[in-house]
Amino acid sequence: MPGSGRHERGRDEGEPGRMTPLLRAVIGLSTLVVLALAAVLFLPGRGAVHGQEAQEGAGQVQQLESGAQLYVQNCASCHGSNGEGGPNGPSLVGVGPANLDFQMWTGRMPLAAPNEPGYRQEPTLTEAQRNAITAYAVQNFAGPQPAIPQVASSGDLRLGWELYVNNCAACHGPSGAGGAIGAGNVAPPLNAVDAVRMAEATIVGPGTMPAFLFPPDQLAALTAYVTFLQTAPSPGGISLAGVGPVPEGFIAGILGLGGLVVVARWVGRRHPS
Amino acid sequence: MRRRRAPDALDRRPDPSPTPDPRSQGREEDEEPSELDRVVGWFDQRTGAATYARTALRKVFPDHWSFLLGEIALFSFIVLVATGTFLTFFYIPDARPTVYEGPYAPLSGQEVSAAFESVMRLSFEVRAGLVMRQVHHWAALVFVAVIVLHAARVFFTGAFRRPRELNWLIGFGLLFLALGEGVTGYSLPDDLLSGTGLRIMYSAVLGIPFVGPNLAYLIFGGEFPTEGLISRLFVFHVMLLPGLLIGGLATHLALTWLQKHTQFKGGRATERNVIGPSLWPVQVFKSVGLFFLTAALLAFLGGMFQINPVWSYGPFIPYVASVPAQPDYYVGWLEGALRLAPAFEPVIPIVNWRIPSTFIPGVLVPGLLFGLLMLWPFLEAKFTRDKREHHLLDWPWEAPVRTATGFAILAFFLIQTLAGGNDVLAVFFNMQVETLTLIFQITLVVLPVVTWVVAYRLCVERQRAAAHPEAEAPMGGVALRRSALGGFEEVEEA
Ligand code: HEC
Ligand code: HEC
Repeated sequence: MPGSGRHERGRDEGEPGRMTPLLRAVIGLSTLVVLALAAVLFLPGRGAVHGQEAQEGAGQVQQLESGAQLYVQNCASCHGSNGEGGPNGPSLVGVGPANLDFQMWTGRMPLAAPNEPGYRQEPTLTEAQRNAITAYAVQNFAGPQPAIPQVASSGDLRLGWELYVNNCAACHGPSGAGGAIGAGNVAPPLNAVDAVRMAEATIVGPGTMPAFLFPPDQLAALTAYVTFLQTAPSPGGISLAGVGPVPEGFIAGILGLGGLVVVARWVGRRHPS
Repeated sequence: MRRRRAPDALDRRPDPSPTPDPRSQGREEDEEPSELDRVVGWFDQRTGAATYARTALRKVFPDHWSFLLGEIALFSFIVLVATGTFLTFFYIPDARPTVYEGPYAPLSGQEVSAAFESVMRLSFEVRAGLVMRQVHHWAALVFVAVIVLHAARVFFTGAFRRPRELNWLIGFGLLFLALGEGVTGYSLPDDLLSGTGLRIMYSAVLGIPFVGPNLAYLIFGGEFPTEGLISRLFVFHVMLLPGLLIGGLATHLALTWLQKHTQFKGGRATERNVIGPSLWPVQVFKSVGLFFLTAALLAFLGGMFQINPVWSYGPFIPYVASVPAQPDYYVGWLEGALRLAPAFEPVIPIVNWRIPSTFIPGVLVPGLLFGLLMLWPFLEAKFTRDKREHHLLDWPWEAPVRTATGFAILAFFLIQTLAGGNDVLAVFFNMQVETLTLIFQITLVVLPVVTWVVAYRLCVERQRAAAHPEAEAPMGGVALRRSALGGFEEVEEA
C-alpha cells in the first residue's frame, strides 16, 4: 500500500502539530491497518522460524532432560550428581565435550565396575544418549572446552608421519599396533577409532596418555596419517599383528621349523630293507 | 675288496684303500661310446674325477630323519645365498642422507638414508623385490632354528664324542656365524626397529670390562650412530661372515664325510661299520627332494607372511623410540637376559671398577653357557673317563646327565627368549608387564633346575625299563633318593 507508506513518511517528515485530530485518527488507523496487513503478509515465514526455534528449544530441553536422566542413571554413581566426583570416579568439572564424547564413544564410559580401568569396547550407549549426556554435562559442569574438534578430511601425510613417530610411536608402536607401557597400562591399537576420536584422544590425553596441543593443520596431518595406517593396504601378505619380531619368531618356529621337521620325517622315512 | 648290497650297503671302518684302477672298468662293454660318455671321458682323462665320483657315489649314509636336519640347514643357507645375491643388486650400503621419493606416500619427501631408500625401492618398486626380501628374512629365521635343532640332535645323541669333537666346535662356529649374519642383516635396512637393536648391541659391547669402549669403537667405527656403520655391516654381512660360513661349512661337511656318519644302534649296526643306502641313487634323490621342499616351504613363508615391514617402522632416527622393539627371535635370549636382569652393578673392590649391568647377563652368563656346551665333549670324556671312539649313537636316555643338562640349558634360553618379548606377551595374555617379568625371573631360575631333575629321572626310568623290560609293570616306578651332593640313587621299593 504505497499511499499509506507515503502517509507515514509524510507524518514523519511533516509537522505533526498541524494535523487535525481526525486526520491523526485516520492516519493512525490506516497505519495500524498497514501494519496489520504487513504482519499478515510476512507472518507465515517468521512464524515458521519461530516455531522451529521453539521446537529446537524444546528438543534441547528434552535432550538436557534425558541427558540429566541418563547421567544420573549411568554416571552419577561414580562421578557425583553434579560431576563433582567421588570415591569411585574423578571430578568431571571442566573436562569438556571432547573428553566426554571420547570416553563414551570408545566405550570406556560408563565404567562397569568402579575399580577397573576403562578400556576400549563397543559403546554401551547409543549416539543420541551419548550426545544427551554430553550436552547435559557441558551445560551443568563440564564446560565447553576442549570442544569436539573439527578435523579436516585430508592432511599432509609426511608431516603426520613425522608427528606420529615423534609423539605417539613410543607408546602406540610405529604401525599403530599398540603396546604395553608399563604398570598394566596398555596403549591400545589405533585401528578402531575414527578421525574425530583420534583428534579427541590427542587433545584430551585419556588415562595415562599425555594430552597434546597441536594446531589444526598438524592435527589434520596426524589423523590423516593414522587413517592411512588403518586403511592403506600393507603389502607382503598376512600381516602378523604389526608388532614385529615376536609373532615372526613364533611363525618361524611353528610353521618354518615345524614344517621342516615334518618334511624331514617324511623324506627320511627308513627303507623297508 | 668291498662288498655292496643294494639298497643297503656295508662300508667298513676304517676305510679300505680305494680299488686299484676302476677307470678301465666302465667302458669295457661300450663299443660305441655315446656323446655323453665322450664328454665325461674327456673330463675324466684330464682330472681323474671318475675314481672319486665312483667311490663317492657308493658312499653309505645311515638313514634317520634327524640326520637330515643338518642338510636342511645347508639348503636354507643356499636359499639365503640365492635370495641375498638378488638383494645385493639393489641394496645400497650407505648411511648418507637422501630424499625418499617413491610411491609410499607418508615418507615421500622425507630425508632418509640411502640404505633405507634402497630397501624401500626393493619393497615397492623392484619387481619381486619384496618377496625376495621376505623369503630371505624368513629363511634366515628358519636357518638358525634348524641349526639349533641339528645341534640339539648331535648333543642328545652324543654324536660329538671322539673323533667328532672338532666338528662339534666347527658347528658352534657356524652357529655363531649364522647369528652374526642374522644380526647384521637385520640391521642393514637402517629402519627404526633395527636401529634400536644396534643401539642395544653397541651398549652390550661397551659393557665388556676393560676393552668395551675400544672394542665398540673398533667394530662400529666411533660413537653411535656412526656414519660408516651401514657400510661396515654390509661388508660383514655379504663378505666376511658368508666367506667364513662357506669355509666352515665345507670343513664341517668334509669332516663328516671323512669320519663317516654316525648311526643309531640296532640291526646290523656296529661301531665298525656304516649301514644305510648309498649316496647314489637313494641319498641323492632324497637330498634333491629335500632341497626343493625346503626351498618351497621358505618361499611359502616369504610369499604368505609379511615380515619386517620397514615402511611402517620408517627410517632410523636416533632420538625416536618405538614399541614393541624386539630383535629377531634368535637373539631374543640376549634381549630377554637384559630385560630380566636386576639392576646390579657391583664394584670390584681393589681396582674400584664398576661392572656395567649389561655385562653379567649379556656377556658373562651366555659366554659361560656356550662355553660349557662347546667344551662338553672334552668334559664328558674327562668325567666319564671314556676316551674311546664312538660311531654308534646314544639314545638320549642312555646319558642322563648329558640329556638333563642339555634340556636345562635349552629351558634357560627358551625363557630368556620369551622374556625378550615380555611386553608383547603381556598384552597378549592381558597381564601386567611387571608381573610377567617377575614370573619369567622366577622361571628362569627354577625351570632349568626342574627340567634337569625331571629329564634325569625320566632317563633313568627309561633305562631301567629298557634293562628289565619285564619289570615295566604299570606300578613299576623307580624311587629315587637325592643325595646331599645333588646326585640320585635308586631306592628299591619294598
Ligand atoms: C563405575 C564408575 C564409573 C561410572 C559408572 C562412570 N565413570 Fe567415568 N570414570 C570413572 C573412573 C574411575 C575414571 C578415571 C579412570 C579412567 O580414566 O579410566 C573415569 C573417567 C572419566 C572421564 C575422564 C575424566 C578425566 O579427567 O579425563 C570422563 C570424561 C568420564 N569418566 C565420563 C563418564 C561418563 C559420561 C559416564 C556415564 C556415561 C561415566 N563416566 C561413568 C568411573 C566411572
Ligand atoms: C605415554 C604413552 C602414550 C603416548 C605418547 C600416546 N598415547 Fe595414545 N594412548 C595411550 C594410552 C595408555 C591409551 C589408553 C587410555 C585409556 O584407555 O584410558 C591411549 C589411547 C589412545 C587412543 C584411543 C584408542 C582407542 O581405541 O580407544 C588414541 C586414538 C590415541 N591414544 C592416539 C594417540 C596419538 C595420536 C598419540 C600421539 C599424538 C598418542 N596417542 C600418544 C598412551 C599413549
